[in-house]
Amino acid sequence: MTSIDTAGLKRMFDAIAVAIEADKDRLCQLDGVIGDADHGIAMALGFGAVRDALASLDLAATEPTALLNTAAKSFLNAVGASSGPLYATAFMRGAAAAKGKATLAGADIVALFQAMAQGIQDRGKAEIGEKTMIDAWLPAAQAATAAQASGKTVSESLAAALEAAERGAEATKDMIAAKGRSSRLGERSLGHMDPGAASAVTVIGAMRKSLA
Amino acid sequence: MQTKKIINDGNRTVDEMLEGILAAHPRHLKSAEGSPRSIIARDGPRQGKVGLVIGGGSGHEPTFLGFVGKGLADAAAIGNVFASPPPDPILECAKAASGGAGVLFMYGNYAGDVMNFDMAAEMAAMDDVEVRTVLTTDDVASAPRDQRHRRRGVAGNFFIFKAAGAACDQMLSFDECERIARKANGHTFTMGVALSPCSLPQTRRPNFEIGPDEMEIGMGIHGEPGIARGKLKTADEITDEMLDKILDEMAPTRGDKVSVLVNSLGSTPLMELYIMNRRVKQRLDDIGVSVHATWVGNYCTSLEMAGASVTLMHLDAELQTMLDHPCDCAMFRAG
Repeated sequence: MTSIDTAGLKRMFDAIAVAIEADKDRLCQLDGVIGDADHGIAMALGFGAVRDALASLDLAATEPTALLNTAAKSFLNAVGASSGPLYATAFMRGAAAAKGKATLAGADIVALFQAMAQGIQDRGKAEIGEKTMIDAWLPAAQAATAAQASGKTVSESLAAALEAAERGAEATKDMIAAKGRSSRLGERSLGHMDPGAASAVTVIGAMRKSLA
Repeated sequence: MQTKKIINDGNRTVDEMLEGILAAHPRHLKSAEGSPRSIIARDGPRQGKVGLVIGGGSGHEPTFLGFVGKGLADAAAIGNVFASPPPDPILECAKAASGGAGVLFMYGNYAGDVMNFDMAAEMAAMDDVEVRTVLTTDDVASAPRDQRHRRRGVAGNFFIFKAAGAACDQMLSFDECERIARKANGHTFTMGVALSPCSLPQTRRPNFEIGPDEMEIGMGIHGEPGIARGKLKTADEITDEMLDKILDEMAPTRGDKVSVLVNSLGSTPLMELYIMNRRVKQRLDDIGVSVHATWVGNYCTSLEMAGASVTLMHLDAELQTMLDHPCDCAMFRAG
């Protein structure tokens, strides 16, 4: 696929909802070890709400920006929690990056991806190495942008993003949490993957599959 | 194995609970028009009074909505179980609580709550409602002493909200209400112990594992691991361990006054709470600290978790006046 329209973005969100629903129990278990065991529930609730909200849109009369803003609002209002503001900000930044475009070409998709990661970082103020979803999202965005700049296709760029996200999530096992609820654990957070980074891999994996 | 709960649908527990609460307390509470997760005091907000909005995840009842009423909080924003509410219901609470003198947001210090309440505060500013935020950070176990700002807010919320609500009810200025709220937080210290886990209604699986003969000191009110796990001790030993830490930080001198809260995390019965309170009183007597008032019961729970927390608020004349100030809430009355 070389470009994506509103219908394509809706299919992407539907694919994320399916992937997260299937991953819900694993995410809750990861969160149970170092947090309060509800991360899978929150993510499934959020992307389920996005799927329902997008289903009622008239896609032919909706631009990508409006769809992404609808996704942001529905995710936020269904979830709250930490993931609500983080993903809602990601989609709102994505909406801003897509503004004025009826379809998104290859470079636009990578720019959207980059804007989402930046939005998550701006809202949560986490840095690399603090054991959060940023440890998956930032390397993923950097990998996608670098691949795009070196002339790779969207599919190849998103594959590079997914690989980087997987490596980043894996690396959170060796980190001591410095942000979020698990940060009060100190060294007891060592050895466990951050659930937010784990779910980021699932989201990015579904995006790659859907957009490739 | 799934835990047993009296529920209809794991995804509807919060909304069905709220329907039941509004049915039980129509004289005290209502929901904001078009925003069922914004619970407003019927007799609270008024012109010229600083509004007090509290809130957070569900599953801690009677925190937060049980403390909505005249003399305490004007409104509470209700989230999903153990999850911050999103900005919209918080904003509706701010609008309902606003009497033109400013609105205080007070809630426990958790990353999710901070993001959602901050977004709501930005939205309120666009509606010309000035919001200031005072985070509660009373959980002594959740970060070292020199990092008090990183600590969680737990059962001590009850004292801190009570003092701030009284200041607001006395029509003090925005600056004064904020000052008293911050002072109340700084004077409040809590330690908890967990004996068995709770389970979320959506998963009905225990949210942490703990041996049949173990306890965890310092566990958070969402089951976040605490500072040390060990063999279950006696009530006196557990209470001593908590008080040692609390008193070390509070550093009271002979003749000082405190208020005491011995709180159940859900399923620990009053019998055990009172056994703990007996020890609290003995220890305070030993060091010549007098107890101004004691509350024992379910004030800040963690669903059906077994365990308890002890909170002391170090009183001066001002904080004592604020605690004694009358309030009339759905689940708590004073004066």
